[in-house]
Amino acid sequence: MEQFAPVKRSEDGQPVRYLIVDDSVFARKNLARMVESFGGQVAGEAGDGVTAISEYDRVSPDIVLMDITMPQMEGIEAAEKIVREHPQARIVMVSSVGYQENIVAALQRGARHFVQKPVKPEVLYEVIKYVMREDGVARGAGAGA
Amino acid sequence: MRMELIQPFINSADAVLAQGLHAPTTVDHLTMEEQAYRRKGVAAEVCLSGEIEGRIIFDLDPDTAVRVASRFAGAELPSSDDLVRETVCELANQIIGNAVTTLNDQGFHFRVHPPSLHTSEHGAKSSEDTEALVMCFNTEPGKVFMNVALRYHPQGVNEHAAIAG
Repeated sequence: MEQFAPVKRSEDGQPVRYLIVDDSVFARKNLARMVESFGGQVAGEAGDGVTAISEYDRVSPDIVLMDITMPQMEGIEAAEKIVREHPQARIVMVSSVGYQENIVAALQRGARHFVQKPVKPEVLYEVIKYVMREDGVARGAGAGA
Repeated sequence: MRMELIQPFINSADAVLAQGLHAPTTVDHLTMEEQAYRRKGVAAEVCLSGEIEGRIIFDLDPDTAVRVASRFAGAELPSSDDLVRETVCELANQIIGNAVTTLNDQGFHFRVHPPSLHTSEHGAKSSEDTEALVMCFNTEPGKVFMNVALRYHPQGVNEHAAIAG
């Protein structure tokens, strides 16, 4: 997999910590490989929205990558509940269902960005940089190396 | 079978497979299904409900699924039943999600249910209004079969026509 200049937290220079939420283990592993190629660390994984909420409380990640269509609780509802409790939460929706209505609903309910599957590493990388920069917490990270 | 319902799925499958496999695909064996569905390998089924309803099945033999998973991951992955099942379901999820995006942006509203493994050897026989289109995508890792049986929900069509009109 292509390697990218590491994205790090500006406050302490540590790797960005991710919570990856997807009901597909295959999709989670692919996303994990991508964020590791960005210099990040996988702090936790979840396969549904309910587990995502408890995992967020447990691992306090810098970024959540959240699928939408999942059993028990869908991603948009989980994102809304996380942001209600943690207004600073940075949630990026990652879904194959990318119609406008869905994107708007996700953004209105607290998600910071949306990436459509199949995920292109270079697209996710730019989104991660953008979302981290929004709060002035990212540093380094030029173009993909 | 209305082609305006099918075409987004063909386009999406072509795009997702080509992008994930880093190689072009070709389509052949495009047929209307007259007999009950017969599973060819490991199959995932996704159901839709709303203004458009029905189901789509993706079907790969296990060896092809492992090769597809390895291409998508960018690394050789060890063969396992879990990997095969996950690959078929996630492939279905991505292809159908992209097609649903197109249909939704055209004004159709419906719900996509999470993929489930289609374990029976035979599926239900198609009816007149849910006849299925079966196609085979030839890819470098192997053949990927897609079986689409969709119809407009009668009430949904009326509402859509009213909105469009």
